[in-house]
Amino acid sequence: MGLLEAIILSVLAASTPLLIAATGELVTERSGVLNLGVEGMMIVGAACGFGGTWLTGSTIIGALCGIGAGVLLSLVFAMMTLGLAVNQVATGLALTILGIGLSGLIGAGFVGERITPAPHLYIPGLTDIPLVGRILFGEDGFIYLSLALVVAVWLFLYRTRAGLVLRAAGDNHVSAHALGYPVLRIRMFAVMFGGGCAGLAGAYLPLAYTPFFIPGMTAGRGWIALALVVFSSWRPGRLVIGAYLFGAVTILQLHAQGLGLGIPSQFMSALPYLATVIVLVLISRARTGGSTAPAALGTVFVPDR
Amino acid sequence: MQLVLEKRAERSNVIALISPLIAIGLTIVTMSILFAILGKNPILALGVYFIDPLTDSYSLQEIAVKATPLVMIAIGLSLCYLANVWNIGAEGQFLIGAVAGSWLAVKTQGTDAGHWVLPAMLLLGAAAGALYALIPAICKVRFGASEILTSLMLVYVADLFLDYLVRGPWRDPAGFNFPTTAEFDPVATVPVLIQGGRLHLGAVIALLVVAAATVLLGRTIKGFEIRVVGAAPRAARFGGFNSDQLILLTFAISGALAGLAGIIEVAGPVGHLQPGISPGYGFTAIIVAFLGRLNPIGILIAGLFLALTFIGGEQAQIAMKIPLDVTKVFQGILLFYVLACDSLILYRFRLVFPTRKVSSGTA
Amino acid sequence: MAIHPDDARRGDIRHNKSRESAVNGLPKSWAMLALFRYLRRTSNWPSIEAPFLAPGAAMLDPAPAGLHSGATPLLQTIALTKRYGNFLANDSIDIDIWPRQIHALLGENGAGKSTLVKTIYGLIQPSDGEMRWQGEKMVLSGPSEARARGIGMVFQHFSLFDNLTVAENVALGLDGKESFKDMSARLQEVSNIYGLPLDPKREVWQLSVGERQRIEIVRALMQNPKFLILDEPTAVLTPQEADQLFVVLDRLKAEGRAILYISHKLEEVKRLCDTATILRGGRKISTCNPQAETAASLARMMVGADIKEVKAAAGRQTTVPRLVVNDLSLAPDDPHGVRLEHISLELKGGEILGIAGVAGNGQDELFAALSGERLAQDPGTVVIDGIAAGHLSITQRRKLGAAFVPEERLGHGTAPRMKLSENALLTGHAASGMVQHGFVNTAATLSTVDRATETFDVRKAKRDPEAASLSGGNLQKFIVGREILRNPAVLVVSQPTWGVDAGAAAVIRQALLDLAASGAAVLVTSQDLDELAEITDRIAVMFHGRLSEPMATADANREKLGLLMGGSSLEQKEAVHAVGA
Repeated sequence: MGLLEAIILSVLAASTPLLIAATGELVTERSGVLNLGVEGMMIVGAACGFGGTWLTGSTIIGALCGIGAGVLLSLVFAMMTLGLAVNQVATGLALTILGIGLSGLIGAGFVGERITPAPHLYIPGLTDIPLVGRILFGEDGFIYLSLALVVAVWLFLYRTRAGLVLRAAGDNHVSAHALGYPVLRIRMFAVMFGGGCAGLAGAYLPLAYTPFFIPGMTAGRGWIALALVVFSSWRPGRLVIGAYLFGAVTILQLHAQGLGLGIPSQFMSALPYLATVIVLVLISRARTGGSTAPAALGTVFVPDR
Repeated sequence: MQLVLEKRAERSNVIALISPLIAIGLTIVTMSILFAILGKNPILALGVYFIDPLTDSYSLQEIAVKATPLVMIAIGLSLCYLANVWNIGAEGQFLIGAVAGSWLAVKTQGTDAGHWVLPAMLLLGAAAGALYALIPAICKVRFGASEILTSLMLVYVADLFLDYLVRGPWRDPAGFNFPTTAEFDPVATVPVLIQGGRLHLGAVIALLVVAAATVLLGRTIKGFEIRVVGAAPRAARFGGFNSDQLILLTFAISGALAGLAGIIEVAGPVGHLQPGISPGYGFTAIIVAFLGRLNPIGILIAGLFLALTFIGGEQAQIAMKIPLDVTKVFQGILLFYVLACDSLILYRFRLVFPTRKVSSGTA
Repeated sequence: MAIHPDDARRGDIRHNKSRESAVNGLPKSWAMLALFRYLRRTSNWPSIEAPFLAPGAAMLDPAPAGLHSGATPLLQTIALTKRYGNFLANDSIDIDIWPRQIHALLGENGAGKSTLVKTIYGLIQPSDGEMRWQGEKMVLSGPSEARARGIGMVFQHFSLFDNLTVAENVALGLDGKESFKDMSARLQEVSNIYGLPLDPKREVWQLSVGERQRIEIVRALMQNPKFLILDEPTAVLTPQEADQLFVVLDRLKAEGRAILYISHKLEEVKRLCDTATILRGGRKISTCNPQAETAASLARMMVGADIKEVKAAAGRQTTVPRLVVNDLSLAPDDPHGVRLEHISLELKGGEILGIAGVAGNGQDELFAALSGERLAQDPGTVVIDGIAAGHLSITQRRKLGAAFVPEERLGHGTAPRMKLSENALLTGHAASGMVQHGFVNTAATLSTVDRATETFDVRKAKRDPEAASLSGGNLQKFIVGREILRNPAVLVVSQPTWGVDAGAAAVIRQALLDLAASGAAVLVTSQDLDELAEITDRIAVMFHGRLSEPMATADANREKLGLLMGGSSLEQKEAVHAVGA
């Protein structure tokens, strides 16, 4: 396979966990909740996902375990921030710290174990087309799922009534409540969806990206996913662009290291993080005046009866 | 029947006092369950974690040593959090401070430099930490970028920078290729307070920082400004307080304290610069700040308590083969309970009975 | 073409920005018939008349307002009560709503009007008592059930979503049974029929307050309500816009609907409503015919006792100009803001100048420019006691002797969760001896709290409580008090008695008058024309960021002010009057 094909494939793979996690967080934030615990949910998803597949040999079970772990953790977050009106930033941080610790505990026994990586699609004839064949028809299920997920979320937000109500809750929870919509319940489901996505994204890492488990293998991807949501101005279409851009930066620095340019490897490894900072600055600058963030994002809501 | 949350007319001072205790109690219960799941005797484990380290002079000193950076960083973080800005990059500021101070130590290595070296190192560490923290602060103030994400990204950058330095230009040539600098000269080392012990000058500095913060927040107008900017930004503007300036100030102080903690840690207990000088102090300090309810005295107590768990965790690993990750889990759970119990300061629960939907009922 | 006597009384309603629908000007019966036919055609609802038949009741004949058959009322509350802890928001209220009536609900702030209607609309559950709809007991689990029965509500504080379109906002207020496209089309037709045109695709943040209210009304009308509740609808409208609204309401009444009209504006109620229920302290005081009562008798029922008349100090002398604004122009801070254009005014010591205007015409921006929360380019645009201050911060302006009371008590005027002494420090740190060498003198802050409490009768639970725990009136007294106690040269006040009970309002207004009498210059911005008439020497009007030429309060009348508030100049009005019938 040519170099270009290889690069595109690796960019796809690197972008996928970012895309999945960011899509989930986008829905959560659109409903008005800021969940900073994405990294924690992802990393627990990685550990549980690996465990699930290692125990049963099935990628799907592993993915489901990852999703389940993310949902459970997000439920804790929901109970605190929605049920107890706790500050969302602090709770998200706590969730990340807890998640990192939990994943270390759960994954302790998995270090050094191997599993069969997720199967790739193979359609005789189509997959063999040079250049595009493997990209379009030869990837693993996660990659197709990630794109389907984005499309589904877009349809949901902009073409269904439930999506409209969710956007309304994120724009003005007081009005939504006055109109009789169950703001807290809507947000809870949005948070759970975000948790499931984060868990799935985390599970992708040991199940398909690198078929083994290392503690801390998310390496800050959860935080980059959060930055991506900001970068996308909370719009699913832009999220895809952002995710693939960041995936490209990650891959670029790997290849650049291999080229032996004389730049210290640590600097190249720092590129994605530096890029995130620069992108955040640029995107926040560009937004003069009206912010496109959901107006009620991060604010506490306690309905009075 | 439904449990409904509603706002209190005024904050409950009773809950404010006992909530950390309730949180600790709940955490201990949860941890006991966790130990049981891991197959360890809960009572024994709790003893090793919390009681044993208090029985031994050496571990008591270790607790103080571990608490020093935690308290210093947490005090700085508390200023930021009171102003409602979220400095998550203390870990990175800690590392950069360590690097900056170490630069002087490495530079003057083997030369016959005088006693000015150590104070200069500490100053450099604090200054570097402050400058590093100003990056996310400026990004927020000038560009509106989220300080949470920028400060955090810079942690990874600082970590990689440190890694590069100790593997490359600053590596000790006589160090068997380990990624570490040479041991610092005595003039570049933080003196111990008790001969042969581990307790060092840093602890005194930490206490001074606590005292200074108490005065700042409780008695000065600057402290008042910080609190108002966080509590009611529009009212702060109405009071004539410049929130941009305060954001920069709190980040700078917080970065300086984290950087200072970093160089003290390197020039003190560790003695040289290497990767992994921080077992996550910058993040644990976040928990210390909340557990101490953003109050300097509270942070001192919380810092000591969490340092206790660090030491306890290390001993538990040796004595009972309990993984170190349990300490992180404990800290995360503790933070959750603290936040949950603190919510009761501002809100209370009420039982609400459902309306009867029967159309023909009693009047 | 004959003009209805009501129209003549209200003054000429023809003006340039005609929003009148094609129906206006045609004989009314034709219009009604067309409307009925249209509504029946465009929906699969049963005929309009049918739902008004209570089961078992006699058929309602199209009787004029005030007369109805001896059947059961459309809505009835019996001993309706709502308790919050120890506090009785509604105490055993009986109210009857009949179709073809505009029923006023009168009461001052805190009387329980909002609680009552929220209960009727299903947002709040009553603690006791019951509601009957068309004779049958009704228990509502939420607003959607109320809507299903035909109860519609237009809130005082709009339930709109700024970043969504008009169509999306309307969709959220409906129950989603029809497709979005159909609803959009219906929206446009209904809004045109009633003379409330709306563009479904515009985003709400771009609309004016009057237009936003249109969305609320159209949203409610699209559900074909039998009973429409309006909560203080004219609080944000100019007198001319209010007249337009009354036309719509009369039309709705003629269609056979019932309307509950919440207000505290007595003249309006007398003009518009057939019957009025008065609430005070959570209880129903009486139900009467407002057209048979005088404004004074209604006020007495609302307040319970004659309010001490506010006495202006005899012959207030004016001295030197203490606050001068020279050609102030300022771009808004955010895209929803209003641009200030060439504002000039001169305020002498001993004088009170009032600024009238509907909210959202630049009052907030003007306050920010005067207080120093926003700085002007040219220092000379704001002059305090002869010193150019346009570039000075709010702290520096306070040092010059200026004091400010913003519109928002909690969150702007005070930090809600901080103590009163800390809130005294908030504005007092600049020039009141509360800060020495960077350290706070707590005793000084507490003494300010004590003095304010005593001088202005601030009721609170303990010596130094949190600001949020005080009632609106008491907090406002504290806020005004802490400023007045500093003996300011200039006081700029925004909405001094909004949301404040009558007793506290009187204290505050008297305090302003006394302050002016002592030689200070006082600038009061208010949406309450009655209040301005009571305390000011001169009045100017803000519209779209411009300030009209101040006129002596004695020369001002509601009509002149209303025109200015609506953007017409006084000359324009003369011309129209000359032409019109």
